[in-house]
Amino acid sequence: MSFADKGLINLIITGVGGQGNILISRLLGEAFMNEGYTVTIGETYGATQRGGSVASHVRISRERIPYSPVTPKGKADIVLGLEPSEALRMLTTYGYAGSYVVTNTRPIRSLEVAVGEAEYPASDTIAACMAQLSKRAWYINASEVALGLGNPLLTNIVMTGALLGTGLLPLDKSKVEHQLKATFKGDKQTINLKAFDLGLGSITGRK
Amino acid sequence: MFSGTNFAGDVLNRAEGKRTMGINADKFGSLQLLMGNEAIARGAIEAGIGVATAYPGTPSSEVIATLAKVAKKLNLYVEWSINEKVAVEVAAAAALSGVRAITAMKQNGLNVALDFLANLALTGVNKGMVLMVGDDPGGLSSTNEQDSRHIAKILDLPLLEPATFQEAKDMTKWAFELSEEISNVCMVRTVTRISHARGNVVLGELPAVEKRARFDTSKYYAGIGGMAPKLHQIMHEKRKKIVDLFEASPFNSYLGPETPELLIVASGSGWLYSMEAVRTLSLGKAVGVLKLGTTWPLPEQFLRTQLSRAEKILAVEEVDPFLEANLKEFIADNMTGMRFTFFGKSSGHTKPYGELNVDLVMQAIATIMSINFTARDAAYEKKAQEVEKTCVPPRTSQLCPGCPHRATYWALKDALRMAGGDGVVTGDIGCYAMGVLPTGFAQVKTVHAMGSGMGVASGLGKLDGFHFEQPVVAMAGDSTFFHAVIPALLNAVHSEADVILVVLDNAGTAMTGFQPHPGSDTDAAGEARPRISIEKLCEALGIAVDVVDPYDIEATRKTFLGVLARKGKTRVVISRRECALIRASKQPGPISRVRIAADKCLGDSCGCNKYCTRVFKCPGLIWDKDSGKAKIDEAVCTGCGVCLSVCPQSAIVGEAVQ
Repeated sequence: MSFADKGLINLIITGVGGQGNILISRLLGEAFMNEGYTVTIGETYGATQRGGSVASHVRISRERIPYSPVTPKGKADIVLGLEPSEALRMLTTYGYAGSYVVTNTRPIRSLEVAVGEAEYPASDTIAACMAQLSKRAWYINASEVALGLGNPLLTNIVMTGALLGTGLLPLDKSKVEHQLKATFKGDKQTINLKAFDLGLGSITGRK
Repeated sequence: MFSGTNFAGDVLNRAEGKRTMGINADKFGSLQLLMGNEAIARGAIEAGIGVATAYPGTPSSEVIATLAKVAKKLNLYVEWSINEKVAVEVAAAAALSGVRAITAMKQNGLNVALDFLANLALTGVNKGMVLMVGDDPGGLSSTNEQDSRHIAKILDLPLLEPATFQEAKDMTKWAFELSEEISNVCMVRTVTRISHARGNVVLGELPAVEKRARFDTSKYYAGIGGMAPKLHQIMHEKRKKIVDLFEASPFNSYLGPETPELLIVASGSGWLYSMEAVRTLSLGKAVGVLKLGTTWPLPEQFLRTQLSRAEKILAVEEVDPFLEANLKEFIADNMTGMRFTFFGKSSGHTKPYGELNVDLVMQAIATIMSINFTARDAAYEKKAQEVEKTCVPPRTSQLCPGCPHRATYWALKDALRMAGGDGVVTGDIGCYAMGVLPTGFAQVKTVHAMGSGMGVASGLGKLDGFHFEQPVVAMAGDSTFFHAVIPALLNAVHSEADVILVVLDNAGTAMTGFQPHPGSDTDAAGEARPRISIEKLCEALGIAVDVVDPYDIEATRKTFLGVLARKGKTRVVISRRECALIRASKQPGPISRVRIAADKCLGDSCGCNKYCTRVFKCPGLIWDKDSGKAKIDEAVCTGCGVCLSVCPQSAIVGEAVQ
């Protein structure tokens, strides 16, 4: 499956403040822009950004007039989750029966959950809900992969690799690697490229 | 003021190797994915500005932040001014001396600047001056969502509303030319969805201008000597010239059938929403979209031709029915022979509050055109609502782990309770405004404008003649202190108001991205500057000042108790501790190891009912269901140690980092 023939691709990258969704929305946005697409990136966030939910809306089209910065209800083709309950939250507003999900499996508990005021759903509950609201969902323990590389902050790059691995986007992996090379230098470049490659392999290895 | 950017992530990304700013690339014609505010900054550079000023405020801050990064290279003077009024004054000094200048602010900031601006609009300027105002529909990062465009109408300033990222750049550049055509300020109004979103922008050329400043002392700029009505007349007469300049503007255009059934008139992000709504509803053959980039004054000839296309008109714009009302006024003056049916905020098809989006515009069009529109099929919608209710845990506002404000509020809460009074805490603008919420123990009872906490406190302190006996405490951040607290503090001291000011000094304008202020030792461009001491300033007023470290919770509580007991005059406590995010960006990892002594924590069987997590509410201190005891989340704990004082069993313990 690929959205290559769709005139407009709506990708939502979501997680919790500080997980780096903004950085990867820019990496992917610039890669698409360099391929001749018109890109709009917008953000939505919860009551505030401090530990709250954040989402980058990346809207990729071949039309000259840009699309608006926030995806309309029920129009998200792909939800990339850096945190699983946040991926689910996005689906409840922006999902439709043809939505695809690629999500990290590591939960980040909200303060309400941490202090015992709310329950965090079990992973099989999340999977069941995800199945109800999407066409297909891929689960990757990207946080573990990132920790294996010595830095949990690489989770976003692992997830970007996983997204490219699904083949949903009409974008060659070399274009993203080019963006990573333009963004990071030296050791950081090496480790980010490695994280991207491991993410990519985590999906392509499954097919 | 409030930040809407994900700056916690920004700090992390900076540590990881942040993307270089696009505006520094001087290649003509290069394509960049720019944030609206970066595009505005680039437009100002292409216009050859010399001076850029602002007080930070979401969603406007990145304009000046972007320019600050290239200040040295391009010989710009870039300033984080003490407040918006001074920012406009500093920019005007350049524009009165032959150098182009831009000043940027959020909608609340425009109120602060208005006193000067309303007079500057009378005297005018002699070189291009652009006022960028970032409005915040929906109050995503603000205490209000007021619509700044009314000010342009009152002062007859040309008003431009960019609808795309490319326009944000191109309009800003043009705004300087407009400003010089009429020798007055030109206003560029954006909203969060343009300022903080990103899109394709083709860069223009960088000018080779020699910037030379000289104030021509053969002229004066003042509305004195009975000149005000004359200057007022000149100000309004400039409108005619602006209308002429707007008639042929490429920022106004029409897309749609020759005679549409419905004509949408849209500005700013409202145009993006309208275009997408028409495309999504496949109504391109029935609905036309008239885009207005120049919304005050209205381009008369152009509008007369365009409005003749249809009888039904829907205005789509952010916040107030500004364009809608002006269109009606225009029609009453110019097109009396025609009959129109107007739809928009007055008719209830869209709302004069909250933020617009594509769905709301589609709903309005569907209602007017009597067509059925539902975003999703009923079965999916039902499932989605069920999942949201049962499987998605809430994730709401909170102060960060290790936030010094949490510590200050904790100590204050205890001190006020121990003082036995029904203390009133007035708040101000900054992260610490969250003191009204459980994360700040709901201590704060008022939050209005910059500096208003101190002003309201000053007034409360003079109610003693009416049996008012409650202790009064005003909270203000360090940047807010310089911005607008000082006059209110002087007022309190001089009137001998019985109040306490607590300055939450976390070493920067934290909420908007750590911009420096007069208490900092550097300026916007990183140049060394003299630091102004808050305590010395207060001491000069004859105030006894106490300085505490809020992480030392015992000492802070004691100080508050002592200051509460010292009734009579105005007192100041400076609660000084660097923002935890700044600290972590300089030196990652916790400052101490905090852990739960499992043998001491009585867990579910303790009579405290999870006091440490239920009341203290730090994301680093969690309740572990499996063990039924408290637990430190080492992934987020900063080791501030404030929670050590919370547990009645002293089960939370700290040790030095190895």
